[in-house]
Order: sequence, then C-alpha cells, then structure tokens
Amino acid sequence: MLSQHSELKTGNNADADFIADHLLHRLYRLQQQHRHIPPQLMVEVAREFGLPVSQVVAVVNFYSFLYQQPVGRYHLLFSNCTSCGYQAGEVNLLALLCRQLNIASGQTRADGVVSVDETSCIGMCDHGPSMLVNGVPIVNLDEGRIKQLCNLIAAEQSLDDWPADWFRINNHIRKPDLLLNAPLECGDSLKKALAGDALLMLESIMQSGLRGRGGAGFATGKKWLFCREAESDTRYVVCNADEGEPGTFKDRVLLQCHADALFEGMTLCAYGIGAKKGFLYLRGEYRYLLGHLQAVLRRRYDSGLLGASILGQAGFSFDIEIVIGAGAYICGEESALIESLEGKPGIPRIRPPFPVTHGYLGRPTVVNNVETFIAATHIVQYGSAGFSAVGTEKSSGSKLLSVSGDCRTPGIYEYPYGVSIQQVLDDCGATQVQAVQIGGPAGSLLAKKDFNRQISFEDVSTGGSFLIFGENRDLLSINRNFARFFAHESCGFCTPCRVGTRLLENSIGKIADGRATWRDVDEIKQLSGFVRHYSHCGLGHTAANHILDSLRHFPGDIQNLLVQQAFTPAFDLDAALETARQMTQRDDADAHLE
Amino acid sequence: MTETTGTIFIDGKAVGFMQGQTIMDAALSAQVYIPHLCHYPGLTPSGNCRLCVVEADGRRAAACTTAAKAGQQISNNTAELNAARKVITQMLFVEGNHICPSCEKSGNCKLQAMGYHLGMLEEHYPQFNPRRVLDASHPDILLDRGRCILCGLCVRASHEVDKKNVFAIAGRGADAYLIVNTVSGKLGDSNLDVTDLAANICPVGAIMFKERGYVTPIGERIYDRQHISDVAMHEHVTEQKGDKKR
Repeated sequence: MLSQHSELKTGNNADADFIADHLLHRLYRLQQQHRHIPPQLMVEVAREFGLPVSQVVAVVNFYSFLYQQPVGRYHLLFSNCTSCGYQAGEVNLLALLCRQLNIASGQTRADGVVSVDETSCIGMCDHGPSMLVNGVPIVNLDEGRIKQLCNLIAAEQSLDDWPADWFRINNHIRKPDLLLNAPLECGDSLKKALAGDALLMLESIMQSGLRGRGGAGFATGKKWLFCREAESDTRYVVCNADEGEPGTFKDRVLLQCHADALFEGMTLCAYGIGAKKGFLYLRGEYRYLLGHLQAVLRRRYDSGLLGASILGQAGFSFDIEIVIGAGAYICGEESALIESLEGKPGIPRIRPPFPVTHGYLGRPTVVNNVETFIAATHIVQYGSAGFSAVGTEKSSGSKLLSVSGDCRTPGIYEYPYGVSIQQVLDDCGATQVQAVQIGGPAGSLLAKKDFNRQISFEDVSTGGSFLIFGENRDLLSINRNFARFFAHESCGFCTPCRVGTRLLENSIGKIADGRATWRDVDEIKQLSGFVRHYSHCGLGHTAANHILDSLRHFPGDIQNLLVQQAFTPAFDLDAALETARQMTQRDDADAHLE
Repeated sequence: MTETTGTIFIDGKAVGFMQGQTIMDAALSAQVYIPHLCHYPGLTPSGNCRLCVVEADGRRAAACTTAAKAGQQISNNTAELNAARKVITQMLFVEGNHICPSCEKSGNCKLQAMGYHLGMLEEHYPQFNPRRVLDASHPDILLDRGRCILCGLCVRASHEVDKKNVFAIAGRGADAYLIVNTVSGKLGDSNLDVTDLAANICPVGAIMFKERGYVTPIGERIYDRQHISDVAMHEHVTEQKGDKKR
C-alpha cells in the first residue's frame, strides 16, 4: 500500500529519492530507531496508512528483518547458506561468535548491546562466510575476523570505524560473454525503440526468443504483449530484484555494474506495454546498493531518460520507484512479490489470473528478473538476430551463472545457453567434485554422471545458482541445510508446505543423527512426493527436490547411516528425559534408559 | 458476465456448470462431494487447506479456486487423491493440539469428521505440540489458537459477511497464527458478537462459546447423525445466517 503520506520524504530528501512511500519502509525506519516495532507504534502506523492494525501486525510478523522484541545495538545476522554461511568453512563460525560474545543464537544479550541470529543466504557466496551487521554485509569472515569483530563490539566501536575491507564487495566477473561484454551506452536502446513503433519493438523481443531469466522461462515478448493487450487504463512494470535463491548473486553484480541497462530495459518495457509507473523490488539484503541505484536513477532523470516526455517524446512518461523487502524468500515468487508491493505479507496468489492481467493493485503488470530486462535492452540495441543466434534452439542468448562452493574462482560466469556442466567446473577450477546443485535448493542436485548435461531450458534449467560440492562434503548436511531453509521460508498459507516442510526437516535430521530406519526413508520419499504435488505454489512444488535427488543419486550416503531396526521413535528417548533429570537433580544410571 | 452453461465430468459423471463457477461450485450444485475444510459456499474461496485438490485434465488443482471449463475431465474420488487427503488431515491434526475426547467441539468438528470420512486411524506424524496463546478476554467467546487449523474462514466471514474485519492470520510458515484486529490484540476488545458468522463458522474448536458446554450430548451431534459429505451439501452462507444460533 502506497499511502499518500509524505512523512518518509520529509527531513531527509536526498536519501528518500525514488523510494516509494511504503509500509515496509516506514517499518524499517522504526526498526532502526527502536530496534523493534513496539505494539503502540504498529497501531500508529496502521492509522497513518489507513490500514487495519492486523495488517501491520501480520506484516511485522511475516518479514524476517522486522522484530517484535528488541535486537541489540549491534545486530549480527550470519548467513546460513552452504556457500556464504557460517559453516562454509571448517569451523562453525556462528558457534565461535556466540561463545566469544557470551550469547545464544537467536537472543539479544541482557545488556542490549548485541544480538546474534542466522538468516537465509545473503548473496555473498563468492566471498565466503558473510553476515549482515545492522543490515550491512561484511564478508570473507574467518576465525581471526570473528575475534576481531567481537573486540570491536566489546569496545562499542561505531561501524564506520570497522576495517573498510570487511565491507568491500567485489564483482568477481570471471567470464563475460554476450551481455557483459557488449557496451551499452545510456539511452541508445531507448532512442532506437522510440524511433519506431512500440509493437515493432515487441516483435523484435519475441523474435529474439528471450525467455525469463528468473527460472520459469516464460517468453518475455509474449508476456509484454499479453500485458499490453490486457484491458486497463493503467499498467505496471516490476523488476524482481528479490534474488533469494541460495547460491545466487548475479543480480547483485548486475545491479552494481549494469543498473543503467536494467532501468533502460524497464523503460523499454513501459514503452512496449504502455505503463507509466515501474517498481524495482530490491531484496532487503541488498539495501547497501540503494545509494548507488538512486544515483543512477537521478542521472537518468537528469538526462531525460525517465520522468515526463522521455527523450522529448510527448506523451511517453515513466517513473521508477524502489521498494525494499525485509527478508522473505517467498517474495521472489511474482505474485507474492506483488502482495509485498501492496504492503501485505508475501503470500502467493491463486493463479490464474496471472499478473499480466491482474497484477499490482489488480492492474496488468509485467514482472521480470533483473537479467531479463538487461537482455531486452541488449536485444533492442543489437537486434534480435544476433541474440537468437547464440544459445540453443529453445534457449536463446546467454545465462549468467553465480558459481560458488568448492572451486578455485567463485564468481559470475556468463555462457551461451547449452554449456555443459563440466565446462563450467573446468573454468572455475573445481576438481574432485562430488555433486553440483543447480538452480539452488529448489533446483536439481546432479552427480558426476550428469556433468555432460547442458544448462538450458530444455535440459538443466536454472535461475543462476550453481553450487559445487567437493568430494569431502557431507551431502546429508547439505540436505539438512536445504530442508531447514524451506521450513523457514514457507509462507504458511497451505497445509502441505507449511506442515510438510517442517516434517521433512525433522526427518532429515533424524537420518543425519543416525536414528533413522529404512522405514523413515520410505516415509520421506512419500512425503516428498506429496509436498511436491499438493502444495499451492512453486516453493512447495520444489521444496523436496533436493531430497528426492539425493535418494536417487546418492542412496549409499543415506543407507550407511540407517539403524538396522524395524522402528525407532521420532525423538531421542533418553534425551527427552533430560528435563526430568534436571528437575529431580539426578544423573545416575537409573535415570537413563541405558 | 454471460451465463453460458457447459459440462464437466467428475469421475465420469456429467456435471453442468454456469460461467464463472469453480469446479467446487459445480460439484456442490450437482450433489457431488469434494472434501474441503477451508471452503464455505458463499465466501470467497481461499485454497489453503488443499483437501479439495482434484486432477483436472491430468493436472492437480484446488477445486475451490479453479474455474470449471467445458469438457474438463476431473478425477476426484480416487484412491490416490483420498490418500493425499488423509495425509493433509493428519498434518492438520499433528500441527495443532487436537484432543478430541476432551474437546467440546467433538461431534460437531469438521476436522474430526474429515478424519472419519477418510478412514484416518492414527495421526501418523510426530506431534508438534505447539504452545499458542489462548484468548479468554471476550465475555462470550473463547479463542483457543491451539485448535486453529488456519483455514481463514473466520477471517473471511468477518470481513465479507459481518463487515467487521475482526480476524487475520499473521506470522510465517509453521509459526503462522490467528490474530485479532484490535489495538490490544485481544478478542475482548473487538466487536465480535455471538451472532456473527465469524463466531459460528469455525470448523474446529478454536472459536467456541463460553458457558455452553454439552448442550447437545455426544452421540447426537451434527456428524454423529450425518456424514460430512451430506452436511456439506446444505451449507451456504445465506442459509447459515438465518440459523445463527444453531
């Protein structure tokens, strides 16, 4: 809900440039100020935005970065991703951090100075273990840095005085191709498009064979045309920069290096469909990019590439505003993203109707990935023939891969579609590879025998995440990590996903702890199939993929851990007696089961 | 909207529908039962419980939110779908604190009736044993979140029929819970009335009347007398409104 109130914009004008007046932004400010959102302020905000209190409470409860209890003055959120998480190296850095700070994860220390918790992948997978400190990423963490960091907190040093190189985020573009190599001058594509008819431009996008880069692969030109043809006087362009799939960070780099091409792509789309307003929905983890994005937008307005009468063409006006998420993977799903844009919890809508006809505020809306808009700019600039000449029959152009995990040079690799997995592994210096997870936890886990397969919509499709697991990795711990991720990120709307992801997390835990029998494995198989087939949206449909893949490709890893019994209980019986032992102050042999 | 009529086929049976109707609407008007908990005719369908998932032209879809299309072949009462429905029902049981023998709703409870309908003999999955806050602040109505299945019927009934907007669902994943739209978050501060549809529509024992225990003895209650598939044929918001104090 975009309220008419302009309170956010007062006082701090430059900072508020192009920032939508949005419930999430108002709540973010309160979070910064009070380190939580006190109930009476939720009531005030509700009044201010003309919303029911329950909607504000629901939003605060839904997003991970909004809290009902105060967090510390230093709020540390360690990524738990397999590549940029606290267990990416050999030492559990979260445990070390908690020991050093004398705090338990998930808690705020009694003195209110510091709080520690974990969070889903923060998109720093090419930088090793990373965390958000008061929302700002710090990278390349190791034991030494953790200890240093604890000293800085003990001395209550301002973040401004922390070592600058901790905050340095590199682009790590290792292999540029079609998009990353081509120079795109600001406004050139737009000039070309405006010189011709909007339909001609749509035609060219369609001919290029461009498909959505977020993963689903819907034909972009067709999407734009459907939106243009949908009956309405108002249409919207939305860029999905809620890159949350663990292991993906290519949008981070594109936003940093190619923001102009992105905004130009959105403007081209606006021209094509007849929209006057666009939104960039940026994931909360990338808030640090905001200043940069605002500067690019400012320059484009100043150059007449945004705003009223773009490039002097009367009647063509287009504005872009930024909306920043607050920690919810599900908002990467386009209809959940739209709900979030409307100031609600990110719960996926029933589809159909699809956003192209009923999107933001019920109006026809194009939602595309960052990379898709940039590819569109490229196509308008250089023509569709050159684009469709690259790639495979059903997958035109190139794909940016976010490569991380057990390899020598993690980073961004761009390839024409059709590249083999082995080729990528060779280029990034990955040897002795056990498995790769392509498309993130929601994608597919592939074993060696599949490394000759291709990255493409017709073979192995991916939004860009490419996680490499070396021979020494315990794959079951990866499954455990993923299962936990889905249970944490399930929106809770439908029964199969809400309950099923939690059950799967517990079952994988039981196997990993060496307490499971073959019956449990049968159960997991059935449950996985059930969650896949009966859930409401893509999160549930894909949440069990990694488990089914593991059972198919690496059955031995699981079998070796099974107990040779017909049945074992879901919980550890002896451990369950611990409370009773404590209460009775007993620890003798008779107080234990064995 | 032009009211053209078409035909769909549910387990081979020809069922007519009017334009704009969902598979569920068409089924109910033809007296065909598709199991459901979060749906109540007359309220906007939600599609959250997933019990009504059918196979429509080979694709799984929630009957309550999927439009009927002429010629559609629908599988509904199949062993596979009913097995999945049993799993969903078991999930709802273990997720909350559903202890039928001590629950006043027993016999009038749709979750319990669904368990019987699907031949559920055990809960199968480990209990979550959630600790959810109970709200006894309202003079006449008790809100026991431990028994809530997050179907959202009270949310929609209050919003769409009572025009009060008393309830909402907050939180994420397994931490989702029913909240009350008041400054204090307490039901006692809301204008919920015992005659409101929202106070009467709860399919389980999450919203119940105080001081009204066992008026109808066990054994003579709704689902003791009738099967859930028969009761479902007579449910509709407008009819319900005339029978509020049932």
